[in-house]
Amino acid sequence: MSEIILTPKEQPQVPLEAPNIKPDVFAGKTIDEIKEVEINYGNDTVKLSDFFDVEGTPGETAGEIKIIIDGDVSNTKRIGQQMTAGEILVKGNVSMYVGLEMEGGKITVQGDATVWAGQNMRGGELEIMGDAGDYVGSSYRGDWRGMNGGLITIHGDVGYEIAEYMGGGKIVVKGNADHMPGVHMSNGVLIIEGNVTSRTGGEMSGGTIVVKGVIGQFLAGFKYWGVEKNIQVDGEDIPGVFYKFTGDNAIKGANGTVYVAVAGNKHVAPE
Amino acid sequence: MELVNNVVCPFCGTLCDDIICKVENDEIVGTYNACIIGHSKFVHTEGAMRYKKPLLRKNGEFVEISYEEAIDKAAQILVDAKRPLMYGWSCTECSAQEVGMELAEEVRAVVDNTASVCHGPSLLAVHDTGYPVCTLGEVKNRADVVVYWGCNPFHAHPRHLSRHSYARGFFRERGRADRTIIVVDPRKSDTSKLADIHLQLDYNNDYELVDAMRAALKGHEILYEEVAGIPRDDIVGAVEALKKAQFGILFFGMGITHSLGKHRNIDTAIMMVQELNQFAKWTLIPMRGHYNVNGFNQVCTWESGYPFCVDFATGTPRYNPGETGSNDLLQNKEADAMMVIASDPGAHFPQNALHTMAEIPVIAIEPHRTPTTEMANLIIPPAIVGMEAEGTAYRMDGVPLRMKKVVESDLLSDKEILEKILEKAQELKASK
Repeated sequence: MSEIILTPKEQPQVPLEAPNIKPDVFAGKTIDEIKEVEINYGNDTVKLSDFFDVEGTPGETAGEIKIIIDGDVSNTKRIGQQMTAGEILVKGNVSMYVGLEMEGGKITVQGDATVWAGQNMRGGELEIMGDAGDYVGSSYRGDWRGMNGGLITIHGDVGYEIAEYMGGGKIVVKGNADHMPGVHMSNGVLIIEGNVTSRTGGEMSGGTIVVKGVIGQFLAGFKYWGVEKNIQVDGEDIPGVFYKFTGDNAIKGANGTVYVAVAGNKHVAPE
Repeated sequence: MELVNNVVCPFCGTLCDDIICKVENDEIVGTYNACIIGHSKFVHTEGAMRYKKPLLRKNGEFVEISYEEAIDKAAQILVDAKRPLMYGWSCTECSAQEVGMELAEEVRAVVDNTASVCHGPSLLAVHDTGYPVCTLGEVKNRADVVVYWGCNPFHAHPRHLSRHSYARGFFRERGRADRTIIVVDPRKSDTSKLADIHLQLDYNNDYELVDAMRAALKGHEILYEEVAGIPRDDIVGAVEALKKAQFGILFFGMGITHSLGKHRNIDTAIMMVQELNQFAKWTLIPMRGHYNVNGFNQVCTWESGYPFCVDFATGTPRYNPGETGSNDLLQNKEADAMMVIASDPGAHFPQNALHTMAEIPVIAIEPHRTPTTEMANLIIPPAIVGMEAEGTAYRMDGVPLRMKKVVESDLLSDKEILEKILEKAQELKASK
């Protein structure tokens, strides 16, 4: 396993865009060549070494490379875009689009991420130890085919419209989610262990959402099926007592499923 | 006194095309047919303070400079910036916008118009769902069920009701009497007073209400006895009224585009309109504000493929409102220079955005003293389109109309100013 350590020098006011920070690009390059890799600084193109110190042992293939970003990159966007193999560890916060369209490998962020983490993700694993923003695992604007594979785990809270147009894969949120998780979702699994503000599964046509915390307000387009104990979702046993809903019947022929923990959620059951 | 007929009003998206201007000594002194807002714009070209010369801020004070100096300075600011933002565009004509797009591409800027604080959510929804739109003429001649959702045309588009809903039309010979007007608004407004049905929903519950309506439309029972503060039976009753239309039209405004959920409210509302077509002819029109806000979205789309929030940083257009919107750039402190044209963000943007505007160089292409010009480093005054310069504007329903030049002006038009900045920017880029 080769380890390449990028130490951020200073994060500029105008953001950096670094889709080239990924094992696929670093594979087969010497450290000196990696220093020359292009990143975007506003409307300019600069070298990676202008904003990062680069050291470590290079690797031949993406699968054997682990990139360690040793510091805060909270103004660097698109880290790990379309990566297919290997590993990235960020020991700080990241900016937008971490793991955008990623297909394989693993990204771990020890701090917070902002918006569009794992947008249009196809495979691999994205783990964020802190909070993430809106649109985790969502689709590109106007695309009705969002994330369709892989696993995203967020240990903190998330914002609006996570799993938007999700068509496969799995998202686990350990904290709370804001409005509209799973909006337009058509397949896949979304598990929220904390609370949801409102509109869970709005316009969903398929897939499964499990909310273990408290839902502020639920949508009237769903059909209520009663209480189920110890449910099984995607081959995983989830203990507890849940209200079961299907819908969203605002969408023709919808067959999405929403399980909501009974505890604290008496107000969402119509009885 | 001379009368100029068939003038198109450069105020709101209704773009009334029957204004008569009274002109004396090359000055508009009065109007016929215009509403009070349009009339005020026509007769107050001077405003509280009309700039006649470009101004540059030196040591905190504005000093007069020539157009040539101003254009050099503007081009220099844009070329030097790493993430310039070019915002506004909604009160100027399409060919100026076209030059603006070329300039944005040249200096690799982010270009955005007032839709991003207005009907931007509608544009986002259109990507997801489509746009079953008709013209205002069709509304006048055919519509028998008219819905106003989250808008108050009585005050915001004053002649809209008389021209399109109350007017007699080919198939609606009795005018208002032949139409059912439904207003959906959490408040009682002067428009809701005129309605046959007023659905007074709870604030920020538009999405919940549409969701219930769409489920009811498909024959499903609404899950709760009351949704958005409206009893289940009333919702079912309203859905039946929509289904019985011969030609239905949904007009929608800021009350739904900017209530909680934003583009998702419009997305589900558009889909409801599409689904209503199984029962009746149904269409929609967004109630656009600035007279040519729609025009910029048209121009931007035919130039770049996207309607607003276009980022040319890498040389190819990219698009993601939320990242590339003017407020995103300002509030995230990404922008390092800004050009404002034909709008007034200084008066309308949130404080966080204004903080950034105050810190970066701001170029204002603006005829009057506004909160934006107060923050500007450079002011370039143009002739006012629709009165002192001609050009094309798009009405809220997407119909282009030719704006007239009614009086003469010594000032350069927006288009001429932008062409000169573009030329200078090309020169500076070439010598870089």
